[in-house]
Amino acid sequence: MNRRDFLSAMGAASVSSFVPRSAFAQRSGASYDRLLVLVELKGGNDGLNTVVPYADFAYSQLRPRLAIPRDQVLQLDQQAGLHPALEPLMALWQGRELAVVQGVGYPGANLSHFRSIDIWDTASKSNEYLTEGWLARAFGAVPVPQAYAADGVVVGGAEMGPLRGGVRTIALTNPEQFLRQARLAAPAGQSSNAALQHILKVEQNIVRAAARLHGNHAFATAFPAHGFGNAVRTAAQLVASGAGVAVIKLSLGGFDTHSGQPVRHAQLLKAFAESLVALKGALTEIGRWDATLVMTYSEFGRRPRENLSNGTDHGTASAHLVMGGRVKGGLYGAPPELARLDGSGNLPFAVDFRDLYATVLERWWGADAPGALNGRFAALDLVRT
Amino acid sequence: MLRGCVLLLAWLTAVPAAGAALGIDDARHLLNRTSFAAGPADIETFAALTREQAVDRLLSWTGRPAVTPPPPWMGEPFESLRRFRGMSLDERKLALRDLFQKAFELQSWWLTEMLVTPSPLTEKMTLFWHNHFVSSQQKVRSPQLMHRQNALLRRHALGNFGELLHAVARDPAMVVYLDSASNRKGQPNENFAREVMELFTLGEGKYTELDIKEAARAFTGWGIDPDRGEFVFRRLVHDDGIKAVLGRSGNFNGDAVLAILLAQPQTAEHIVAKLWREFVSPEPDPAAVGRIAKVFRESGYEIGPALRALLTADDFYEPRNRAALIKSPVELVVGTLRQFSFTTGEPLPFVLSTAQLGQNLLAPPNVKGWPGGEAWINSTTLLARKAFLDRLFRVEETRAMMAAGGGMEPPKVAERMTEGRQRFLQAMLDVQFDGGKWLSQFDDRPQLLRRVVLAAAPAQEPPADAQGLDLIRHLVQDPVYQLK
Repeated sequence: MNRRDFLSAMGAASVSSFVPRSAFAQRSGASYDRLLVLVELKGGNDGLNTVVPYADFAYSQLRPRLAIPRDQVLQLDQQAGLHPALEPLMALWQGRELAVVQGVGYPGANLSHFRSIDIWDTASKSNEYLTEGWLARAFGAVPVPQAYAADGVVVGGAEMGPLRGGVRTIALTNPEQFLRQARLAAPAGQSSNAALQHILKVEQNIVRAAARLHGNHAFATAFPAHGFGNAVRTAAQLVASGAGVAVIKLSLGGFDTHSGQPVRHAQLLKAFAESLVALKGALTEIGRWDATLVMTYSEFGRRPRENLSNGTDHGTASAHLVMGGRVKGGLYGAPPELARLDGSGNLPFAVDFRDLYATVLERWWGADAPGALNGRFAALDLVRT
Repeated sequence: MLRGCVLLLAWLTAVPAAGAALGIDDARHLLNRTSFAAGPADIETFAALTREQAVDRLLSWTGRPAVTPPPPWMGEPFESLRRFRGMSLDERKLALRDLFQKAFELQSWWLTEMLVTPSPLTEKMTLFWHNHFVSSQQKVRSPQLMHRQNALLRRHALGNFGELLHAVARDPAMVVYLDSASNRKGQPNENFAREVMELFTLGEGKYTELDIKEAARAFTGWGIDPDRGEFVFRRLVHDDGIKAVLGRSGNFNGDAVLAILLAQPQTAEHIVAKLWREFVSPEPDPAAVGRIAKVFRESGYEIGPALRALLTADDFYEPRNRAALIKSPVELVVGTLRQFSFTTGEPLPFVLSTAQLGQNLLAPPNVKGWPGGEAWINSTTLLARKAFLDRLFRVEETRAMMAAGGGMEPPKVAERMTEGRQRFLQAMLDVQFDGGKWLSQFDDRPQLLRRVVLAAAPAQEPPADAQGLDLIRHLVQDPVYQLK
């Protein structure tokens, strides 16, 4: 009986609830039976209009056209509230399953989409260029069990992001199509030609994953009928297939709202919120919501002062959301300090994004964080043990 | 026959030195990197040339306008960028459908040109610049402007980089794509200023945030007339104060900033390194890039001489740089159709294939363009590539089934076009591959077949008894077929 069988025989949740975390971590390295779902908000999500500092006068001053009116904000406390399009998430907030982390950023913020997402994906310093994703480094140090279908699955996109590097990652749009086509793949050894070796590795990953994926679970939960809703459905199906996967990465694009922000941003947040609620519903049906942690990320937030195109330019710190059956709901980080903008008119950060990664590694998986993150970061206390 | 023997001899005894004939393998290498993929006849022709003769011949074919006539609506009056304003929901729906259709016709036009052009290098370089000076139809929302930009890129594809940069900066599609139109005095929009430094000229990290802010001021006032689709300079919103950019200061306008960027040696190095990654290998050799960048800069940024230096360099022909690059979706699709002399009807299925494989022409994912290289291949796209090739080389045997309405479901996106389903199926029925005729070119030298089809030895040796079409199927399903 291998470790994974042991865990599933015991019921993963019960193991982690009565074994002290530190002892667990020392014995097994990491408990990847707990799923991480990453949601990339591509383009740089406007944190200030996602988690709105509605009580701060400076907010409406900086955004005469774009500020969310106070009476429309979904209040979380005396200062912060959610964008009205996030209304579906209020049930999670009230159920104490939604952590709202304000002011997430890093020192020396870079305002280029590509460079900044590179920094987030590789967990590098802003002046440091790393090639491997932070999850690839974590899985390199403490491997995901070989019995798993894949280390990570990227749904509906081709960018591996934090999974790039030497990990077993599968990108797929829907499982049925993947299985139908997988018969064209065949394992074919190794090569010293880097380009060829990459193709051979992908081909081997396909063969391995295809051997373990199966079926199409019929959920009672309805998924929203748009691209992101479909991606979430695929994620839920992957979990239901029991194939074993440590990370699922989803992405929602279009947040680069230099112009025409109000309508577009509301549509995106609505699509995000209703899909996440569906994910919770589906994973609750199959008893996996308590073993799932959902976390958003994005290359940067947007500039507090609106531009003249009814939009916002590239900014720095932003708010991010963490959800799951074991999340300690509430507000974390610090409210945006709109009186302390830097020379570019951008916000200081309160929580390093690598603190969030350390939270995943240490508190969620019981894995070693400093190794994967090249340094010590302070995990947030937002996971119930 | 005699010619074939002589060429075979030439290839067997080929010495990789300047002055000597290329031989089959070097000619194949050169043509596959510069011309999508070549059939045996072209390879043989080039095998008899020296490196310099071969490259000069490729370059001499470039610089002509497209041979495929543009979509008919290019001759119609300009459709205002503001036409969506004030439309009812239904009108808007119709207008968006029309937009989608035209954008698709433009993609089809370009793909057709790639399939039929006598100068594939012109198309390769036009695509290279499309992926450098990125604009996307999805934001520009004007097929007419996207076509004009494409014509601009094609006109300068092997011309002068400085002229191209100045022209692109005022190209209406670019002005829309990078928000130049909303860059005004006192309220600068930094989008264009940032990307022109990071992506178009200097490269990441070769400037400061302050340089961007100052350069953005110099570009204030650059805009377009939305009703005519023409570049306009709006003096009233131009900031004519003193700006400090890259250590120089003055009352710069946008062109002055572009001149400052062109004066930086990093610009030539950045462009040459990118050409290297396109044509030679994923890892540019700094010394060789420096040498060619010098040629580039001293020629006043003439693209032809830089490319000539790159394609005649020993590095280009080094064994370690053979089969070192991954074919882009366009190269895979167009290259296969060209190399195997497929007959095609409407290019609809192939436009959809390239998009499905991750390269939606005229709609790169973001301003950095398609990342390319290993990023082209993940489990989804590799399987889609294999499925595409599988379908293509079974087209003759599945025709009867398709004609009866079975065996093939058009992708959903086809339904967004007028009669898209029928057109897709008809286009698939129109695809023909005369395997017998194509294979007959190898009757007297069967060993040449795999050397034409694959850039290196196959990863999996085909079964010993595989021959004819069966052998082709094995070779194109081999992982090495994804390489160039």
